[in-house]
Amino acid sequence: MGEIKLSDVNKSYGSVHVLKDIDLHIEDGEFIVFVGPSGCGKSTLLRTIAGLEKITSGEIKIDGKRVNDVSAADRGLAMVFQSYALYPHMTVRQNLAFGLENSNMPKAEIAERIGEAARMLEIDQYLDRRPGQLSGGQRQRVAIGRAIVRRPTAFLLDEPLSNLDAELRVSTRAELAALHARIGSTMIYVTHDQVEAMTLAHRIVVMRAGKIEQVGTPLDLYNTPANRFVAGFIGAPHMNFLSAQVVEVDPASVTLTIGGSHRLLVPLAGHKLSVGEKLTVGIRPQHITLASDPGSLTVKVRLVEALGSETVIHADLHGEKLLAVVQGQKQITPGDEVHFSVAGAPLHLFDNNGLRIGA
Amino acid sequence: MSFVTELIPPRPAPAATKQGLTVARIAGISVLALWALLAASLVLTVINGWNQDKFLRYGPRYLHGLWTTISLVGISVVLGAALSVPIAFARMSKNRVAGAIAYAYVYVFRSTPLLAQLFLIYYGLGSFKPQLESVGLWWFFRDAWYCGLLSFVLNTAAYQAEILRGAIESVPRGQHEGAAALGISKSIAFRKIILPQALIVALRPYGNEIILMIKGSAVVAIVTVYDLMGETRYAFSRTFDYQTYLWAAIFYLAIVEVLRHVWAFLEARLTRHLKR
Repeated sequence: MGEIKLSDVNKSYGSVHVLKDIDLHIEDGEFIVFVGPSGCGKSTLLRTIAGLEKITSGEIKIDGKRVNDVSAADRGLAMVFQSYALYPHMTVRQNLAFGLENSNMPKAEIAERIGEAARMLEIDQYLDRRPGQLSGGQRQRVAIGRAIVRRPTAFLLDEPLSNLDAELRVSTRAELAALHARIGSTMIYVTHDQVEAMTLAHRIVVMRAGKIEQVGTPLDLYNTPANRFVAGFIGAPHMNFLSAQVVEVDPASVTLTIGGSHRLLVPLAGHKLSVGEKLTVGIRPQHITLASDPGSLTVKVRLVEALGSETVIHADLHGEKLLAVVQGQKQITPGDEVHFSVAGAPLHLFDNNGLRIGA
Repeated sequence: MSFVTELIPPRPAPAATKQGLTVARIAGISVLALWALLAASLVLTVINGWNQDKFLRYGPRYLHGLWTTISLVGISVVLGAALSVPIAFARMSKNRVAGAIAYAYVYVFRSTPLLAQLFLIYYGLGSFKPQLESVGLWWFFRDAWYCGLLSFVLNTAAYQAEILRGAIESVPRGQHEGAAALGISKSIAFRKIILPQALIVALRPYGNEIILMIKGSAVVAIVTVYDLMGETRYAFSRTFDYQTYLWAAIFYLAIVEVLRHVWAFLEARLTRHLKR
């Protein structure tokens, strides 16, 4: 079992409120990812679950048992740190065995668990080396192995891939996903890399300034962000935000103007918008296409990033920045005027408080 | 797409440039020459001033003094290490009273000369003979060797406590947390994870402290302990030959050099796992 429930959790350092009214229910076997910008409280939240930080108020339950006053060592969790925190004076084998030896486990079972974890993580040939003789990726695997051998209630991973190079991050990410599928334990993972979050998570918890902004599946967050912050945070490159004004309203749709005079008809059932109201339209760069007809958005190109399979165009639309990702290689240079089309693109509407309008 | 059309022919290595004599190089060579002259003159002095009779008469006393120095320093370092542990923990403690007492102890013993501490114990406590006799401690404080030992223990404990505290605090916090997050109790984590790493960090400062103690131990000669320096003073008072001090210096140099090599070996052996 690995069900974790946080109810109204708050954490303060003196007058600094770092976690604010956190309510979260993590199901057994779930792979949940905490994302958010630096300093948003995601690592602190993970550390409070681990028992490395005491909460100021609220309640944490693991498998129905209140653990507020239970020490980190007795919570039955295993944590993998960004710095790996391997014991440099011990071999890989000793690193893996250390926690088990101190719980008076029979030697035969320790050896069996180490062998199983080493095979699973492909570190069996490094068992007699010390951490100083391993590469970053190998150390990372040892750190994960050290957690696996404990067979914990849940795994807590604090930015475990951030010290690896780009190529290794991609392969290790895939290995982590496969590992979770194989062992099926609850995993709580902290990252600021939303690509990691999208590829690994069953559900993502988006945080900002100590608060949970939205919890949902990766596609929920991508398709229906609850607010402008989530919309801008999930998806790469991040969503374009354009100022808009309501010019016509119907029971099932609204007509907006963007970029000065360009009109957009947006299907929107059950809205309470009125003519003249100002709001923000969000359009993902991938949903913008190049058009030939002058009736489209006319923009001035500022920068072109040719990536081979796609071209990223940075443009200006009446003083607002607009980013488009178009497929293939395009002969466009900075200073050109081009036409963008948003016909058929999913549009996201946000009110003046940044909250989503509509479903 | 570009293609290689021709290979650049191999070129000879650039000619080695001869460095001319600069002012800095001349100064450096001169200083080295002076040192070499000094070393040579010392060696010549020892050879020319060799006296078989003095060697046979005072040699055994020097060896006895050497043993006294080594035993005094050895015992004081071991006892000081034992005393330094609670002091270091008190310094790191969240208990303000314990922390303040430990801080005061360390501050006093590190900020005052060893000689002053020795005099305070030997002459200062010596003036409390009736009180010490009444509690059965006069046998200890009337003996200069014991007073020397006590002053060394108290002094080195202060230094070793700071070495130990610094070493423990230098172990990354992640090591403590890593152990806790893997279900390892604080006491086991400290003994088997934190302390081994801390002692490696402390190894070199400990070596320096022992060397300083060996050199500093010469002060006990002033309170009539016949250590290496005490025997040297005795030999000089009988012969008025300054070479007696030269031999003492050679002995001290030899002890320190042996210790330095032992420490280098220990360090290389204990830090193998930190080298790739």
